Amino acid sequence: MEHRQTEPTLYGLMAEFDSPTAVVAAAQAAHDAGYRAMDAYSPYPIEELHHALGMPRSKVPIIVLTGGFLGGLGGLSLAAWASAIAYPMNVGGRPYLSWPSFIPVAYECTILLAALSGVIGMLALNGLPSPYHPVFNAPRFAMASRNRFFLCVEARDARFDRTATQRFLEGLTDVRGVSDVAE
Amino acid sequence: MAGDNSHVPHDPHGQAADPAPSRYAAVIEPGHTFTTVTDKISAIVLTRRTSLGWFAGFGVAFMILSLLLVTVCYLLLTGIGIWGNNVPVGWAFDIINFVWWIGIGHAGTLISAILLLFRQQWRTSINRFAEAMTLFAVACAAMFPLLHTGRPWLAAYWLFPYPNTMGLWPQFRSPLIWDVFAVSTYATVSAVFWFIGLIPDLATLRDRAQSKVAARIYGLFAMGWRGSARHWLNYETAYLILAGLSTPLVLSVHTVVSFDFAVGIIPGWHATIFPPYFVAGAIYSGFAMVMTLAIPLRKFYGLEDFITMRHIHNMGKVMLVTGMMVAYGYAMEAFFAWYSANPYEGYMMLNRMTGPYAPYYWSLIAINACMIQLFWFKRIRENIAVMFVLSLLVNVGMWLERFIIIVTSLQRDFLPSSWAMYYPTRWDFAMFFGTIGLFLTLFFLFIRFVPMISIFEMRTIVPEAKLKESHG
Repeated sequence: MEHRQTEPTLYGLMAEFDSPTAVVAAAQAAHDAGYRAMDAYSPYPIEELHHALGMPRSKVPIIVLTGGFLGGLGGLSLAAWASAIAYPMNVGGRPYLSWPSFIPVAYECTILLAALSGVIGMLALNGLPSPYHPVFNAPRFAMASRNRFFLCVEARDARFDRTATQRFLEGLTDVRGVSDVAE
Repeated sequence: MAGDNSHVPHDPHGQAADPAPSRYAAVIEPGHTFTTVTDKISAIVLTRRTSLGWFAGFGVAFMILSLLLVTVCYLLLTGIGIWGNNVPVGWAFDIINFVWWIGIGHAGTLISAILLLFRQQWRTSINRFAEAMTLFAVACAAMFPLLHTGRPWLAAYWLFPYPNTMGLWPQFRSPLIWDVFAVSTYATVSAVFWFIGLIPDLATLRDRAQSKVAARIYGLFAMGWRGSARHWLNYETAYLILAGLSTPLVLSVHTVVSFDFAVGIIPGWHATIFPPYFVAGAIYSGFAMVMTLAIPLRKFYGLEDFITMRHIHNMGKVMLVTGMMVAYGYAMEAFFAWYSANPYEGYMMLNRMTGPYAPYYWSLIAINACMIQLFWFKRIRENIAVMFVLSLLVNVGMWLERFIIIVTSLQRDFLPSSWAMYYPTRWDFAMFFGTIGLFLTLFFLFIRFVPMISIFEMRTIVPEAKLKESHG
């Protein structure tokens, strides 16, 4: 807090790289140096990158499982309730609760809710939609969606120190430049 | 390790598991990098001048779409009596075209989901527009049953379970309601799958757009995507799960569509072979449509580097396999008709082969059972013009298959006194061609405003994307 009062508000320091190998090595080095509040930016998914950053596993699967379970249960109970309670109709002497014929609907509802919760869960976990984010203030950050790779150590990290962190980032292998990211 | 410019016949990242990768072209031509892939694909949307050909094509497609508008207006003003279907042939063009369009959509999901799960890297450059094709085909398909209700504004309570003041609920034992759930789930999941796949590319367009308006619009849809490792981790997990969910979904959709027939007792419909037979037919016709679209696209937009001969070969092979499954289905239909010793089933087959619609039956056999044998030959698969013509013929053949299954079975069922011929009217054709106009219009808009090849997935298959081992 004291730090933020004396300095112009700083989100973090951003180092630029031009190969996936360099950014993965840099992320590993930063993690080894004890930095935790950081993120790396790449134009395509790199599996090694989140391993290097020491990120925990995604929570998307459990959200999908919950959604699918609720969807299946919901679909089955909808069909059962509508056919047996709300609007019972005798079709060729079949029982009202003719559950095998409710399977297709329950099946489709399982998939529908699982898929929608996967998508919404993924967006929510990523904090999207987000109309503003400080990393876009970094010069050249637009290249992160084309051919450049970035590693940002955030100011909220316990070990963050403007000078020392800058020196650390500049000392990384194959770094193409380090810049301030305003909040 | 100048992996990006020396001529590498194939990139090791993508094809390590492929025993004979260099027999045909690679999935991406050598020499491409993150930069070239990004710039080439995004330029089609952002900087290249829209060609006269695009305007001409869009114009023609839009005119055909107007035909649909006229037809639908007349239909709603008059009623479905303008169509040729009537008892006993109560289902005709509306269901034929519905099944045809839904089937076409299936290849998109197969390419985007099933081939992803099987790690078939060649899918990367064709999955985006194949998924778009799925969406547009499902939109066209949905028009038919909806308009066949005659009063689509009432279809809400006929089709969907919602608490209405009349206390009515749909009949959950009916395959038609299963169909509503299957198709609407399919449309929704395909749409979100497509949109999720687009997000990183929309971010690329946002960052590369020259005009502020374009940057704003693409930015709005990119939702603030920044490509962080955390983003990608959740994204890749969700994408893989969606692929895993779409796979059983796509198989269930055409299975449920086939239940519309198989649960009925009409001869020629009441067969246990229908679900697998329909699913194979769907994938077969869908790949034909992907080919029909891919061949002109790669030519007019100079995408031969990305949609290589490898893709054409592979699609030809998929069509060969699924086409043979369909041909097996025809053989089994004939076999069941004979082996069941059921006079109605037997007559159904005889009527197909020698009845008033026999020319259509033999045409579909000629296309779907005989002509596809040409795909065995490498020389055929290498000839782009021939492949284009064959893919069009397959679309025709599969349309004829649905015509034969639906019309000949209804036209002459159990009682000769209720037999009648079916003739489509000009409005039937207007509606069918109109949906082709809708499909093409949407497709032209898609290739103009959205990257037709997934840029971020193409980045993963260029040689640069492979991590170098030495930094340990």
